[in-house]
Amino acid sequence: MTTSLRHWRLARDADGLAWLTFDRADERVNTLSADAMRELGAVLDALDAEPPRGLVIESGKSGGFIAGADIAEFGRVSGADGARLLVARGWDLFNRLAAVPWPTCALVRGFCVGGGTELALACRFIVAVDEPGTRFSLPEVMLGIVPGWGGMLRLPARIGAPAALDMMLTGRALDVRRARKLGLVDDVAPARLMREHARARVLSDAPRRALPFMQRLTLGPLRGTVAKKAMQGVAKRVSREHYPAPFAIIEIWRDFAGNALAVPDANPASMAALVRHPTTASLQRVYHLRERLRGFGKPEGLAPPPVRRVHVIGAGVMGGDIAAWCALRGLHVTLQDNGVERIAPAMARAAQAFTRKFRGDRVAVRNALDRLVPDPLGAGVAGADVIIEAIHEDLDAKQHLLRDVEKRAKPDALLASNTSSLRIEDIARGLHEPRRLVGIHFFNPVARMPLVEVVRGVDSADAAVRRAAAFVASLDKLPLPVASSPGFLVNAVLGPYMLEAMKCVDEGLSPDVVDRAALDFGMAMGPIELADTVGLDIAMAAGARLTGAAAAPACLSRRVEAGQLGRKSGRGFYEWRKGKPVRGAPQQVPAGLADRLIAPLISATRRCVEQGVVADADLADAGLIFGAGFAPCRGGPLHYDGQPPKHD
Amino acid sequence: MPVPTTLPDVYVVDGARTPFLKSRNAPGPFAAADLAVAAGNALLSRQPFRADQLDEVILGCAAASADEANIGRIAALRMGCGDRVPGWTVMRNCASGMQALDSAMANIRLGRADLVLAGGTDALSRAHLLFSDAMVRWLSQWYAAKSVGARARLLTRFRPAMLAPVIGLIKGLTDPVIGLNMGQTAENLATRFGISRTQMDFYAMRSHQRAAAGVDGGHCTEIVPLTGGDGRLYTADDGIRLDSSVPRLAKLRPVFDRRHGNITAGNSSQVTDGASWLLLASKRAVEQHGLVPLGRIVDSQWAALDPAQMGLGPVHAATPLLQRHGLGLDDLDAWEINEAFAAQVIACIEAWKSDDYCRDELGLAGALGTLDESRLNVDGGAIALGHPVGASGARIVLHLLQVLRRRGGGRGIAAICIGGGQGGAMLVETA
Repeated sequence: MTTSLRHWRLARDADGLAWLTFDRADERVNTLSADAMRELGAVLDALDAEPPRGLVIESGKSGGFIAGADIAEFGRVSGADGARLLVARGWDLFNRLAAVPWPTCALVRGFCVGGGTELALACRFIVAVDEPGTRFSLPEVMLGIVPGWGGMLRLPARIGAPAALDMMLTGRALDVRRARKLGLVDDVAPARLMREHARARVLSDAPRRALPFMQRLTLGPLRGTVAKKAMQGVAKRVSREHYPAPFAIIEIWRDFAGNALAVPDANPASMAALVRHPTTASLQRVYHLRERLRGFGKPEGLAPPPVRRVHVIGAGVMGGDIAAWCALRGLHVTLQDNGVERIAPAMARAAQAFTRKFRGDRVAVRNALDRLVPDPLGAGVAGADVIIEAIHEDLDAKQHLLRDVEKRAKPDALLASNTSSLRIEDIARGLHEPRRLVGIHFFNPVARMPLVEVVRGVDSADAAVRRAAAFVASLDKLPLPVASSPGFLVNAVLGPYMLEAMKCVDEGLSPDVVDRAALDFGMAMGPIELADTVGLDIAMAAGARLTGAAAAPACLSRRVEAGQLGRKSGRGFYEWRKGKPVRGAPQQVPAGLADRLIAPLISATRRCVEQGVVADADLADAGLIFGAGFAPCRGGPLHYDGQPPKHD
Repeated sequence: MPVPTTLPDVYVVDGARTPFLKSRNAPGPFAAADLAVAAGNALLSRQPFRADQLDEVILGCAAASADEANIGRIAALRMGCGDRVPGWTVMRNCASGMQALDSAMANIRLGRADLVLAGGTDALSRAHLLFSDAMVRWLSQWYAAKSVGARARLLTRFRPAMLAPVIGLIKGLTDPVIGLNMGQTAENLATRFGISRTQMDFYAMRSHQRAAAGVDGGHCTEIVPLTGGDGRLYTADDGIRLDSSVPRLAKLRPVFDRRHGNITAGNSSQVTDGASWLLLASKRAVEQHGLVPLGRIVDSQWAALDPAQMGLGPVHAATPLLQRHGLGLDDLDAWEINEAFAAQVIACIEAWKSDDYCRDELGLAGALGTLDESRLNVDGGAIALGHPVGASGARIVLHLLQVLRRRGGGRGIAAICIGGGQGGAMLVETA
């Protein structure tokens, strides 16, 4: 029986331990396909027939443990019955694994995602290899579904309800340190000793560590309180109407002991309800769009030369934050501006951001700061692999600067501009080799916005565009290839949308009401708050460029004249305190307001597709979701508009 | 000992240092490694080669902190040199930075390295406070005590006086063999050569004036600014006093010999944090990477003498160097002698002027001559700029090359006195 395994290898050692290696045939990563799970069942049969002293499960892939369920398989599931079958498959199998009488241990090295984490949770022990890549997550919520293979049952039991809910509701990954602290992991082992650790755990045949008393209370008497608090936390961020899954997770844990199969179909937390909900399809679409954008960073054929040194010119908010992000991602960065006085604020911002990011790991903060070098004389140009210009939006200045850069840069260095409104081919004019220049357009705030537009100028070489996309992907951002037309994709679409919002304000609606309409629709941020965040002067200038001569909305010009420039000046449409807008009491949002706001956004997106700014409608939707915070639950503006998206 | 003419050339390609930050009786904003990394990063980022193409990194440091063991390797790793570039640390007290250069030069001449980053660093403001021996003994008994009774008995033996710390900086500046503080060795020299308080104070004032003029003239091009994590900028040496004058200096009280002494805080070098690097290369590396050298380090010399006279180290090191190359004091276009104390630099000049000293101590026929002070420390020295012990030796070599280039090229000697009774000197030449 075990001889016919394709995805698993089972071996027994002299101590009587069974070592089970998951190594999916014909795949780069381990995913829990129906086939693989059927085989796991067969393995358990074999072990039942001849019980081992214990079982260790590990991965045969160098990359990671298990990447979760097979998403493609999941995509083929239709209807409530199919979903229920899928859930039952894992729920039953992992219950069986959890019930075996001999000790079991998951030996986790690298990513451990979704169903992989649920498999590990079904083992008595989890040993994690002490490497930065070892991370545990239950990201089902991001696909609009729930961790139905026992995650909702076993994670709270293992680490206590509050931490478990936080992990399941956000989809956030735990690194080894956090996993150890929360008790998800029993042992953290160096790679060279990982098998010894797993062996010792299993041979000990000890019971699992008991949950601390206070945490036990969260599973018993405090269950209702914890659920209520979690519910409030989720409701603060999203509405149940748009995102039913997180609410379902809390309810299934609270009322159905984590068993999604026990939920009656009529219940909004049921699998039937979730599968039927349009958000679930939209979020899966978002997942595939993200993967598609990532693909632009992995071009076929020859890999572009690696990027080690980056030179950023302009230490303003954008330039400084781009430089800091590159340093955070391990690159050596020189940051240039006229005089160190202009660079120092960017360094301070970077120090703050790194401190937050590394949560008190002072060595990590210091190492990242060591990689960020102030360079007032621009000496770093000569050694840089990528040079990004992020100075003010002045064509002459940019042309002049890049002409000089081209002379001093390495012949194979990639030249890029972070311009948001100028055409790449205009900036490239005057370069000896205009084909070298591309746009690499980040969004503010750099650390939080996943999208980066990779702009192909009329003259840009294919190789330069491909290299830029690969560079962007290496920064853990999503590259979107766009044509060099005014505003590219995201700003060209946001412009008419913000304009419409300001027209509403001119007509007497309060900024808060306008924003609320957009938020209710599912947008990450209201258009007026967005304008305040971007800076009203910048919004005004961009508007003038994008719309030509059309007069700016009165509410905008009035504020710009008064020096109320938004967040940065402490006052714009909103008053800003500690980086947050001060909102009034909630008011009634007029019917149809959201549609009115979204309509110009949709038509602008369609226009961009027609003009070839992006290659197809799917990419336009991806750009707006990841670059403008367009409601993910709507699947993108064109998807929402009912246009059947083209599938590739 | 004639210098063999076949020795391969050692080029100084570039150099950079941090601003020298005066210690203000509290730990400064940067650790020694931070200083070295900041200056080194700026220097490396303007090179056409990558940091991992260096053959080695050598760093002089006299007072690394407890978490900076082998600070040379720490700096190399933190500057992004990668796992494969060896980094090591040298310690020759005040000449640690110069020793780093000398070691780099030796390895290049031996053909063991082509491209070496060498320099020095120290954060004297962060010198340790140590527990006294009595306190350490008490603590070790406390940790060993198992029972409450034993601990109670120990508590009765605790004396508040045991809390008085040992100041690491004072320990470091005291010769452990002869028990004299560095300032006291300078007092010895002042007495021996009859150097008056006014002479010292005048020298100190001139150091400040020259340093200030150097800043005004834009002659500190080797300084790269530091940025603190709070965004605070440090762009210039902060020990230079524009208001320095002999009458003002005369008001200061002697530090090392309160009753009869003349050495004050004003005519001594300052306690300072700073780092300085030079990039040294073989001819092959210069050609391979298309580097444009500032100059060459031609030769070096070390010497030792009575620890109580340590300030005369430059005389003992530079004299054989001059003789080996057939040079007189006047044949050099510029000199740097590190200003540990005004009295000590003046004593060096007096020693060379003295028939007796040159005959008895240096074995010469008579006085070597008078060092032209208009060529000595032309942009001021450690009295104005500060003396971050490990960094100073590298600073004076780098600055000497800058001075020579500014003056149209030529030869110069940088020399430094070393606590413990030694001296180091380097002969450099512009490219």
